[in-house]
Amino acid sequence: MTLYADLRVSRGSFGLALDLTVEPGEVVALLGPNGAGKTTALRAIAGLLALDSGRIALDSTVWDEPPGAFRTPDRRPIGVVFQDYLLFNHLSCLENVAFGLRARGVEKQTARVEAARWLETVGLSQYARTRPRALSGGQAQRVALARALATDPELLLLDEPLAALDASTTLHVRAELGQHLRRFEGRTLLVTHDPLDAMVLADRLIIIENGQVVQEGKPTEVAHRPRTDYVAQLVGLNLYRGNASGTIVTLTEGGTITLAEPATGPVHVAFPPAAVSLYPEHPSGSPRNTWPAIVTGIEQHAHTVRVRLNAAPAGPADLLADITTAAVADLHLTPGQPLHTTLKATEVHTYPV
Amino acid sequence: MSRRSRSTSGRVPLVLLLPALLGLAFLVVPLIGLLAKAPWSTLPGQLFSAEVWQALRLSLVCATAATVVCLLLGVPLAWLLARGGLPGRSVIRAFVTVPLVLPPVVGGVALLLVLGRRGLIGQHLDAWFGISLPFTTAGVVVAEAFVAMPFLVISVEGALRAADPRYEEAAATLGAGRWTTFRRVTLPSIAPGIVAGTVLCWARALGEFGATITFAGNFPGRTTTMPLAVYLALETDPDVAVVLSLVLLLVSVVVLASLRERWIGGLR
Repeated sequence: MTLYADLRVSRGSFGLALDLTVEPGEVVALLGPNGAGKTTALRAIAGLLALDSGRIALDSTVWDEPPGAFRTPDRRPIGVVFQDYLLFNHLSCLENVAFGLRARGVEKQTARVEAARWLETVGLSQYARTRPRALSGGQAQRVALARALATDPELLLLDEPLAALDASTTLHVRAELGQHLRRFEGRTLLVTHDPLDAMVLADRLIIIENGQVVQEGKPTEVAHRPRTDYVAQLVGLNLYRGNASGTIVTLTEGGTITLAEPATGPVHVAFPPAAVSLYPEHPSGSPRNTWPAIVTGIEQHAHTVRVRLNAAPAGPADLLADITTAAVADLHLTPGQPLHTTLKATEVHTYPV
Repeated sequence: MSRRSRSTSGRVPLVLLLPALLGLAFLVVPLIGLLAKAPWSTLPGQLFSAEVWQALRLSLVCATAATVVCLLLGVPLAWLLARGGLPGRSVIRAFVTVPLVLPPVVGGVALLLVLGRRGLIGQHLDAWFGISLPFTTAGVVVAEAFVAMPFLVISVEGALRAADPRYEEAAATLGAGRWTTFRRVTLPSIAPGIVAGTVLCWARALGEFGATITFAGNFPGRTTTMPLAVYLALETDPDVAVVLSLVLLLVSVVVLASLRERWIGGLR
């Protein structure tokens, strides 16, 4: 049984037009910047928002198909983990997990036994009687997950499940969430703005911008072959469009890049910022891609410094380079400074547009 | 050794302090007057007189019954105002609050015109069911509920608007229908608001005078509640009026204080 969703929602000037399917056992991540329509899509699938047109169906069971059919959320076999979990503070953790079962008509004792089993699965048995507000962020997230999974839903929806956690716990909670998702036999749709969450947890990524799908594919494919500037930025690559002829690509926005392998026709050109080197003077020898450039910005990252450059007209007008902190000191980098940049042709990757 | 206060907020400005103390005195001095004027020597005898107990019992029963009526009707009304998505909600809210500003006597007259033996609805109640509300204990409850319900509705609606509706959405995604969601999620989350509204409502009902005497009249044992008894006693025996007032004061303070401790304090 596949979940089909053809989502069309318009809110003022914003329009969501999104087609997606989720197979049993599959984890699909909906990745996009804030305001892209991710949460709107999740709310529509959960039934918290009615479609303007389109269709949501689980196999042959229609959930929403304007203007006629609409199933309210309580009549859809779903489980939702909300961004801030929304655990009921007047109920204990056990009662929170049992809530869905009770609401679906399971007898009280049975529901409590089942809920206790789920708390054990997420490793929180000792917190059964605790009120949610006494839990840490990571624990609350696990209770929310147990509550959503306890009703054995066909579709699990996760809205930014790691966004409310602090950095030190995210790593651990993400790994655990991944294990639970792999064990879950239903369909999972994960909404996130964090590329790392999406890459680690999902089998397939759907990237949306302004309510539209801009790229879809397996995480490795998306990571290596970004198709929009947003995706390139997410995965940390320089990305340009151009026209290839032999080993020379003429960029759409001006400048040329020399390739190691020949290509033809319209292509995407991608390479990591670490493939770019900076020199105060024109480098000796003959690297194939050497452009004079001007420093436009400097950003400190964890272990490297990311330098933004303008290499026009010979090279790209917006170029990122990752260099070491020591190199920054050697070069006395300041914005506006003229430099020479080189790019290793062997690290440049092209693929058709 | 300096005895100056080391409070970080500094001293209270005189412009605020003077009127504040005056306001406090204005509220407290009449109560002290009541205590000072009390006929302490004959108090025990009068306190246990039949008419005091009769009036007190009637007051407590009627105020409690009126509060129950207000809860049963007022909480759903508040929900409708806060969550129902009704058209013309502000107009409805204005109607709900009318009894707050209406002189209670006018409310009593209005009730008579509608529920009186010849009233719009009252004549049918009388003809079909043989029910006549005016000048009965049930009439007292109706008059008190009419005047007190807005306090409950406003308080509960405020609590509902402050409650995060996303918890109700979470309940819906867990398979809870609207009624289950209301019962198991909404109600517990607004419990402090309901308790506060109930206390206000009960206190207002206990002190109700104008609408009660207009709609239910003054029949000892049936409709003479404490406020009515106080007013009548003032004309015949002022000492009794003071005793009745003291009892009413004591009951109000005890109930409010214990509710505050047990409910409002515990739920926060």
